[in-house]
Amino acid sequence: MTSKLIFEKSREGRFATAQAPLESLDALLEGSDLPSEQRRTQPTVLPEVSELEVVRHYTRLSQKNFSIDTHFYPLGSCTMKYNPRACNSLAMLPGFLARHPLGPESHGQGFLECMFELQEMLKSVTGMSGVSLTPMAGAQGELTGVAMIRAYHRNRGDLARNEILVPDAAHGTNPATATMCGCKVVELPTDSEGDVDIDALKAAVGPNTAGIMLTNPSTLGVFERKIKEIAAIVHEAGGLLYYDGANLNAILGKCRPGDMGFDVIHMNLHKTFSTPHGGGGPGSGAVGVAKRLEPFMPIPVVGKNDDGYHWLSEADLPLSIGRLSGFMGNAGVLLRAYIYMRMLGDDGMRRVGEFATLNANYLMARLSDAGFDLAFENRRASHEFIITMKRTAREHHVTAMDIAKALLDEGFHAPTTYFPLLVPECLLIEPTETENKETLDEFVAAMIRIAERAERDAQAIHAAPVTLPVRRLDDVQAARQLDIVWTGSEDAAA
Amino acid sequence: MPFIPHTEQDIADMLEAIGADSIDDLFDEIPESLRIDGLDGVPKPMNEMAVTRLMHERAAKDANALSFIGAGAYEHHIPAAVWQLTTRGEFYSAYTPYQAEASQGTLQVIYEFQSMIASMTGMDASNASLYDGASAVAEAALMAVRANRKSKSRRVVFAGGTNRTYQKVAEAIAGTQGLRFEESGFDRKTGRAELSTLVDGDEPPVAVVISQPNFFGCVEAVDELTDAAHAAGALVIAVVNPTALALLKPPGEWGEQGADIVCGEGQPLGVPLSSGGPYFGFMTTRQSFVRQLPGRIVGRTKDLDGKSGFTLTLQAREQHIRRSKATSNICTNQGLMVTAATMYLSLLGEQGLARVAAASHSQTRQLTEALCTVPGVTRRFDAPAFHETVLQLDRPVGPVLEALAERDLLGGLDLSQIYPELGHCLLICATETKTDEDIQRYRDELARVMGASTTLRDAG
Repeated sequence: MTSKLIFEKSREGRFATAQAPLESLDALLEGSDLPSEQRRTQPTVLPEVSELEVVRHYTRLSQKNFSIDTHFYPLGSCTMKYNPRACNSLAMLPGFLARHPLGPESHGQGFLECMFELQEMLKSVTGMSGVSLTPMAGAQGELTGVAMIRAYHRNRGDLARNEILVPDAAHGTNPATATMCGCKVVELPTDSEGDVDIDALKAAVGPNTAGIMLTNPSTLGVFERKIKEIAAIVHEAGGLLYYDGANLNAILGKCRPGDMGFDVIHMNLHKTFSTPHGGGGPGSGAVGVAKRLEPFMPIPVVGKNDDGYHWLSEADLPLSIGRLSGFMGNAGVLLRAYIYMRMLGDDGMRRVGEFATLNANYLMARLSDAGFDLAFENRRASHEFIITMKRTAREHHVTAMDIAKALLDEGFHAPTTYFPLLVPECLLIEPTETENKETLDEFVAAMIRIAERAERDAQAIHAAPVTLPVRRLDDVQAARQLDIVWTGSEDAAA
Repeated sequence: MPFIPHTEQDIADMLEAIGADSIDDLFDEIPESLRIDGLDGVPKPMNEMAVTRLMHERAAKDANALSFIGAGAYEHHIPAAVWQLTTRGEFYSAYTPYQAEASQGTLQVIYEFQSMIASMTGMDASNASLYDGASAVAEAALMAVRANRKSKSRRVVFAGGTNRTYQKVAEAIAGTQGLRFEESGFDRKTGRAELSTLVDGDEPPVAVVISQPNFFGCVEAVDELTDAAHAAGALVIAVVNPTALALLKPPGEWGEQGADIVCGEGQPLGVPLSSGGPYFGFMTTRQSFVRQLPGRIVGRTKDLDGKSGFTLTLQAREQHIRRSKATSNICTNQGLMVTAATMYLSLLGEQGLARVAAASHSQTRQLTEALCTVPGVTRRFDAPAFHETVLQLDRPVGPVLEALAERDLLGGLDLSQIYPELGHCLLICATETKTDEDIQRYRDELARVMGASTTLRDAG
């Protein structure tokens, strides 16, 4: 299948006429006062194509993607669960789509009621006292969380606290966020069983500690067993606890960050609450807070009184860290999460954590039995687990990346590779609760086939993938001979 | 069990393979005292039929208003093909294209998007998008501090008349890193940014934010503003409406040297209003600053057989590699919204987009003329307008808008909260979606609300 660009299909004078005003440009501009020196004179690269060509071009492009709807997608730490179709079609009802963000509250009671109830449900599942829905992605939720911690200390006049503790297994966003908030990052080591090194923590906390950022279960796929001890140490030192909600799916309905002692949490609604990943966004990073951080929540928040639902803004939350988006965040994503949560209800919510954990432990047991090396063989899996290909890399020069590419040829999306950074040649595998046993068994069979092939014919694995629209791509050329906008050439720069 | 496929037999077989007696055993590493038994704040489950009924009832409460609100989010016609294709599972339920070979669809769409938006803004390079227009401005300010090596300043000036919410968002996102944001003056007669106060102040700014059109809908004299900012050693961050770019000079051609960073709200390009999101922010720049761009970037390269393909590139700037030294903590873009925008731009092409822009411009002119026939209503600023204008009323705007809303007409944005210095001002907008009849209806309703006893049918 060739992959012509839409621009290469362009023919002068063609366009999807049904989609534009019928009058000519000259007629529409008659009497216009736009100054001539401000007018555009240079043409754009926008293609001149028919509606059918557009439909066919993008339909065909879509067919070059792996997705949850087409493939098992066990990408660790990303929670690629089924995105129920009803969540999409109901969030796209005309009444919701047409509502202008600055429209009056009187003409948004339906939407606001959903958002208020979503806030309440999220409080319940996290055990937090307040929720703001405005952050537009997990990383923005993190930024919000650390900014609130900073604002809290400053509001008490405690200006020295500018250190954020981050375990070495953390997502890259954690240290990047702390830096964006003007804080200093202090990295904490992990012990051999995957828990935070308590002695190192005790040595690290002090009068400069603003807080700690933790993911629990951690990115190593295990539950942080000493969480209450950690909370006590950090709180005693005057710091606050931040919960990275990337792995909330593992414990949904089983235990709650608020009960563990966390002061602030962000939730990835696009993971735990099944809103679509959309090829890399939009996400949503709603935040939950303990009582003492409520005054600092980002605005707007939805409130309720006798007159109905209304926005809380600057006047209601004068200590707020402010606004993070032009309006109120990714409203349509929030609606999808709301619909999902209403369908699951209290019972369904609990089962998410249970079956995500069952699937992960089953897959871990099967792979271990098949001879794959677990990173933490004495631990339970949470909703995900890590295998390390260190042995295969040493003995057969087949790396975790090679295995990942070979899985693509088997019709499976690859697990997360080379993350977390502290486990060599790792594959982080997260099956989610929506996959059935047959799919998991097929995945195990594919892994066994690949492992056997790696022993016999490593070259074949190095050549993978061979069944997809392209083979392995030259990332070095991509970065060195940068070709990121089309300027008329047919091929990538050679 | 909603969306969980396990049979009783599956559960038994799986537990046996694990060597556990029950699912509960799998949670035995969680301290007993932390385990919960039920969620009080979550209602009982609903099936799809019940939730469908509930959501239809809720959506119906919000429907049926004729809206003339703009102020950063605009109602445009969206071709049916755009969202039918965008919500195909292959786009909708894919993740960030880390496995390039299995994500060529998404990657090529983003490459095409980058090409389109770079060309429309007249710049060399684009990223794969940011969260929304407001947060893109914040990221642009942070980028300007990295890119402007000649300046030690952390002062960023917003030209008067730039969306004040954007400044608030920039303060929330970038203020913690020591950036200071200030607004220069705007001319009370024209509604444009004042050239004389643009680079005033205690120290020369590191960057100046210039919007085109500005928040009042006024078309700015961008060449003079750009040159003045450059003369003061500042980088120019252009904030543009993408629809307007079909008619207006691209920022790459502003002044002697062109703008340095261009960003804006992508929503007008095929994204529904939807209460404020998800939208997307776009960002383009000149070649020399490409390594300072935040967010994802897609590049074209070759595969092992020499065939063209697409991949995420310049990842060394990003958080998953650079951690605390990354250009931004951002990891998602708004991939799905960009997919929609790319299809929208392909369907309309340059001609179609120019017609949309011109029709919006023309309907806003008509709307302004019609409303100004109502006694007590005048146009506030005299600069040319793109598709929004500010009206001055002879009384507080809030009650007038409330009275109109009771008749299911949303008359615009009351500026008295945001610009108290302007008095009773109302920001109105019409796009190509507003017919002559819609405009006449607004005029008649406004006349009624403002106490005029006659309807002037010939006024529109």
